[in-house]
Amino acid sequence: MKTFRLLTSAAAIALASALSAEEPVSGGTLNAVIQPEPPGLMLGLIQNGPTQMVAGQIYESLLRYDTDLNPMPSLAKEWTVSDDGLIYTFTLQDNVLWHDGEPFTSADVVFSVDTFLRETHARLRASLVHVDSIEAPDPQTVVFTLKQPFGPFLGIFETGTMPMIPKHIYEGTDFANNPANNTPIGTGPFKFQEWERGSYIHLVKNEDYYIDGLPYLDEIYYQVIPDAASRAVAFETGQVDLLPGGSVENFDIPRLTAMDNVCYTNDGWEFFGPHSWMWMNLHEGPMTDKNLRKAVMHALDREFARDALWNGNGNLANGPVSSVTRFHDPDTPDISFNPDKAREYLAQSGYDGETLQILPLPYGETWQRWAEATRQNLSEVGINSEIVATDVAGWNQRTGDWDFDLAFTYLYQYGDPALGVARTYISSNIAKGSPWNNVSGYVNEEVDALFAEAAVQASDDKRQELYSKVQDIIVDDVPLAWLLELQFPTIYRCDLKNPVSTAIGVNDGLRDAWLVQN
Amino acid sequence: MLGFIAARLVKAVFILLAILVLNFVLIHAAPGDPAAVMAGEAGAADEKFLQDLRERFGLDQPFHVQLWNYMKGAIQLDLGFSYRQQMPVAELIWDRLPATLLLTATAFVISIVFGVAAGVLAAQTQGTWWDTLISTLALIFYATPLFWVALMASLLFSVWLGWLPGFGYQTIGANYTGIDRMLDIGKHLILPATTLGLFFTAIYMRMTRASMLEVSRLDFVKTARAKGLRNSVIQRRHVLRNALLPVITLAGLQAGQIVGGAVLTETVFAWPGIGRLMFEAISQRDYNVILGVFFISAAMVLLFNLITDILYGIVDPRIRLTK
Repeated sequence: MKTFRLLTSAAAIALASALSAEEPVSGGTLNAVIQPEPPGLMLGLIQNGPTQMVAGQIYESLLRYDTDLNPMPSLAKEWTVSDDGLIYTFTLQDNVLWHDGEPFTSADVVFSVDTFLRETHARLRASLVHVDSIEAPDPQTVVFTLKQPFGPFLGIFETGTMPMIPKHIYEGTDFANNPANNTPIGTGPFKFQEWERGSYIHLVKNEDYYIDGLPYLDEIYYQVIPDAASRAVAFETGQVDLLPGGSVENFDIPRLTAMDNVCYTNDGWEFFGPHSWMWMNLHEGPMTDKNLRKAVMHALDREFARDALWNGNGNLANGPVSSVTRFHDPDTPDISFNPDKAREYLAQSGYDGETLQILPLPYGETWQRWAEATRQNLSEVGINSEIVATDVAGWNQRTGDWDFDLAFTYLYQYGDPALGVARTYISSNIAKGSPWNNVSGYVNEEVDALFAEAAVQASDDKRQELYSKVQDIIVDDVPLAWLLELQFPTIYRCDLKNPVSTAIGVNDGLRDAWLVQN
Repeated sequence: MLGFIAARLVKAVFILLAILVLNFVLIHAAPGDPAAVMAGEAGAADEKFLQDLRERFGLDQPFHVQLWNYMKGAIQLDLGFSYRQQMPVAELIWDRLPATLLLTATAFVISIVFGVAAGVLAAQTQGTWWDTLISTLALIFYATPLFWVALMASLLFSVWLGWLPGFGYQTIGANYTGIDRMLDIGKHLILPATTLGLFFTAIYMRMTRASMLEVSRLDFVKTARAKGLRNSVIQRRHVLRNALLPVITLAGLQAGQIVGGAVLTETVFAWPGIGRLMFEAISQRDYNVILGVFFISAAMVLLFNLITDILYGIVDPRIRLTK
């Protein structure tokens, strides 16, 4: 421990990776930050970020994913797919128990997916329209039969998308008001112990976990610290050892990662693939002019934003699909920063000096500064704009009501264009009142057809071909201004080993994490 | 006296009801609703999801029906259910009340004791460097934004010196009991309570000082001096007692806020109190929680106003409550 403190952080990181080859040891308490405080821990009912971060250790699904998005066993130990891509057969692990001691069986899987989540889980419901039936021929086997091939099907078995719910507790009850929601029962490596609202959530090791020796940690405390500066202080003073991505303001990251015995990683977000852009209002107003949209796109100095506002974290997006998402096409039309080109497009547009309304994302200082930088970029090529301040609820409403010209946002891609990209561009997904659909109001029949066709192909090659085509068309239409593929570094004390080993990072990875015992 | 109190109580009930209606209208006038915020947090939502949430919370009903339902509950002291936290509002507030009371009451005591003492000292040493020092400090405490003081205090005492914990209510995971637990909570309390108390300390100090100087120039003090009373007796019995009237008014106002919590302090120091509960509820448009906290705070302000009025009579017998 003492030796560590003398090392520079770069050396500490190098040593940490070397040490991770060490033999894991059991024991220890992990203190992590959680923010905001989750509304509840019943993952079947609530799927927001903080809920998943805690409940992802309590609940499990059939599969996990490595950082290249390859499926790995979880509650399913093996699986097969029929040649026509219609029948998926999963064999469950042996000897899995719910935290209350009841055995986990295929009947729980059928209940979870077909009954519980079909009713409560909006995102999964959209994928389940492709499923014809879910059957449990024996207690260890589950068979999903699809209506037609659905390319991303093997990608929907992640904990936050399809958590397994105990049938013996929820069957026949009012799911939303079941008292068991306050004491969540899963099959995961950690069990719920206590939740002192406003202070902390306490999880303890599941001694009956079905993999011998796991988890390594004895307990986890998730501490609720509402102020970003105080979260940084808590890490600096050693009161917490793990800052999940997005816990602190970007400008604090260099200071924290430069501390002795501090490690960080950008891995663990591959499944989410957070992709940022500015909605452009194609329903009415100046942004309906394609030349103005192109002018805005080329006016944005995204490299500056990444380096100055995001500390160099993140990649410049080259279109609708993130480079960590499957079927990304690196060769889309040019949308790079080019003020001269922006001025040319502006001259060709019908823009007559009106002031564009920019809606920043009300998620802290970085987004506010980004809106200011954008305003500066636009003004340099001759576009007037103003920033409209809102809080989260106001932002939701204005975006959902199409009351903006440009509005910052970022959304998750869930590993596959059919799960997290198409929703932003297909015309059937235009509806007032929701800020998560095709908010821009982009309509292109060819794009609609290509997305529909690509989703139901069994062959990955065919899907790649269709998705490449659709990416080219969309980028050329510029229905919104793509910004960065965001990265949220996970920062932790180097004594904590292997906190991120999957595509959703600390959301399900603490099963395999361990602490160096001093 | 009893008649006066009864009349004031009846009036207070009507004021409370009016406050409830006004709050209800104002909160519903703000853009966005809890269903949209919750759907946003889920990262994806379809129309059915939003519709289900709105139906579950009764947000799909006409405004006047929602208002009527809320008022019906409130009259029976049913503060409703928190949409986001999935718990009865009364239970949420009750859970947070001890932490808030501890923080605000400690800050209250700190500010009264130090503020009045410093004010008396400054008045008695008027024109000396003591007076200048105290008045300057009071001005600084009064003018510095609370969140900045909080962050600096945390930086100094927690990060640099390592003397005090920088956030939270207790050492998490330590499982202290008895006296150890009290000491642990006390240690966590020092920074937030002092920070919160500074602003009011400054106000009490300035008010006590000004009030004492004003009173000591009045005729009855001259008379007391002419009678040959000792200075300490004059200051304590005649000057301070009369000078405290405006301080009591202010203390009444501060005491009314005790239950409402302290939004900034509780947020910066991660203190699990009511102020933070309200702050988070506002950003999440958790209507019932916001209304519940406002209701309790308003009730407390009214109650402490009444207590202040009664105290006036005790401190200054010229004020006759029965008239």
